[in-house]
Amino acid sequence: MSTTAVTPTPARTRRRSVADRHGVWRRLQPVVAVAAVVVLVAAPLWVVLVTAGKTQAEALNPNLALPTTWHYLENFTEVWQQGRVPAALGGSLLVMVPAVLGVLALGSLASWILARRSTRPFAVLYALAISGIVLPPAVVTIVLVLRQLGLAGTAVGMIGVYMGMYMSTVIFFVTGFVRTIPHELEEAARVDGAGPLRVFRTIILPLLVPVLSTATILICLYVWNDVFYAFFVVGGRLDTLPLNLFQVASAGLYLDNWHLIFAYVVLMSLPLLVVFIVAQRRIISGITSGAVK
Amino acid sequence: MTTPDLATRPPRTEPAPSARGPQRRRPQDRHRANHPARFLLPAFAVLAVFFFLPTLFNFVYALTDWSSFKAEIGFVGLQNFRDLITSGTLLASLRITLVYAVLVAIFQNLFGLLLALLLERDTRVNRFARVMFFVPVVMSALAVGYVFQALLKPDGAVNQVLSAVLGQQIQIPWLGSTTWTLVVVALVHAWKWMGLSMLIYLAGLKTISEDVLEAARLDGASAWTTFREIRFPLLAPAVTFNVATALLGSMNGFDIVQATTGGGPARTTEVLNIFIFRTFGQGLFAQATTMSLVLFVVVVALAFPVIRTLRKREEVL
Repeated sequence: MSTTAVTPTPARTRRRSVADRHGVWRRLQPVVAVAAVVVLVAAPLWVVLVTAGKTQAEALNPNLALPTTWHYLENFTEVWQQGRVPAALGGSLLVMVPAVLGVLALGSLASWILARRSTRPFAVLYALAISGIVLPPAVVTIVLVLRQLGLAGTAVGMIGVYMGMYMSTVIFFVTGFVRTIPHELEEAARVDGAGPLRVFRTIILPLLVPVLSTATILICLYVWNDVFYAFFVVGGRLDTLPLNLFQVASAGLYLDNWHLIFAYVVLMSLPLLVVFIVAQRRIISGITSGAVK
Repeated sequence: MTTPDLATRPPRTEPAPSARGPQRRRPQDRHRANHPARFLLPAFAVLAVFFFLPTLFNFVYALTDWSSFKAEIGFVGLQNFRDLITSGTLLASLRITLVYAVLVAIFQNLFGLLLALLLERDTRVNRFARVMFFVPVVMSALAVGYVFQALLKPDGAVNQVLSAVLGQQIQIPWLGSTTWTLVVVALVHAWKWMGLSMLIYLAGLKTISEDVLEAARLDGASAWTTFREIRFPLLAPAVTFNVATALLGSMNGFDIVQATTGGGPARTTEVLNIFIFRTFGQGLFAQATTMSLVLFVVVVALAFPVIRTLRKREEVL
């Protein structure tokens, strides 16, 4: 605290001391931030990276030490076969791409109507449509419904389940966004004789790009990483990356295949991590503006 | 700043028909033609088949003896509930799930808020740190669970680091305690999602006007007073969103618990979804359905009061 001022008024001293503390914190903050990153995130991820390159014996107790000799190639090759990575990657994409495109297309079409029509029945429909944000999916009876439809264990069934689960999220985000689009934009197209579907496609859909990209990121994240619903719907019938990670992890009787588990974790996380690092600025601003609008 | 309210939001009212120009005689009809209700059909068909129908079936099949051991399904009334209550499983799983959800909500918001306050200024270091803290959010929860199972073993990396720092042999079985393991797993869950909470809080902090903070500074308010009296109350919408999503998300949690403990030790971390997964695997479909219904009812019973209370707090401000 500064004591050089001659008979300072109490208010001034206090303000000065706050400013001083502020100055110290300004210099200290980057150090604390880097330390937090190192201890909380970098260290666990480092353990994953080095353990994925060790032999089974060395990886018995995963730690921060570097492997004595690197075994990335062997571990990745082994896990590539044992975890059927190509099939799992194909399965994950086969389910994720149609599910995300489908839920975005159908969800935003419905949101447009729900945002523009405001009578009582539509308010009820809207409440019903977004109820899935809160309600947990009925995971056991979904299997029953799929069996009755002949879709049990199929990619189509899985796509339908994901679409049903995330439809509410899309409708909630998009309806709020459509309400901010002025009616006049639609009117202009209508005067030119465009039908409703054309108005939606040419006027509304292009304006939805920001909110749809946020929804895409979030839903891709959930679908790509989902294992719980996949267990029930396609477990044992279709390979997806998380399902096969579970298999690899459960294969070792006493879970001592850490080198393989972590090699699989690296392989599986890479696609999303690369996308995230390339587009991180847009992703972060998209998520924050979407959630706290 | 308004946070998406998870409860029903009354739709904005349309301008009165008279305000829309005299040349349109029947604006209601035109409105119908311009925004046809049939566009709702595809979305609602998907919702009906894949979401509402299974939910309705939950109420029906919880009252049956549906299992993989019998060909036909018979009505048994409340037998499943009675079995689950008398065996103590229902209350145990329910208690574990609720404790887990509350712990996750507390930890995730605490960590997220601390990180947001730490990384608030827009510097190069902070931007890098924000990206790093978001990496666990992008990773699979199952993968995160396995990573921490390895780190938290009695002779795992966490105990090795603690031993080195404290200068004595530490061998805490983090995942082997019937009391504390639930807390540890909740911490792992919070670790995975704290980056998302941090982002929401950062966005919330950004909306607080610089003038208000400057005024507080001129009045001689300390950093702590400014935070307690001004910034935290103004973060209410972000708190609502974060608490609601953390609470409801972890009620429905599975991956991290499955990958770290699988419900153990002695089933003390067996949340509802682990029970559902286990009994489904054993072919006891009706019991799994009953628990799924319990989860549904509890989430409904919890969600609306929680969201209403949090939103009421926002309105007071």
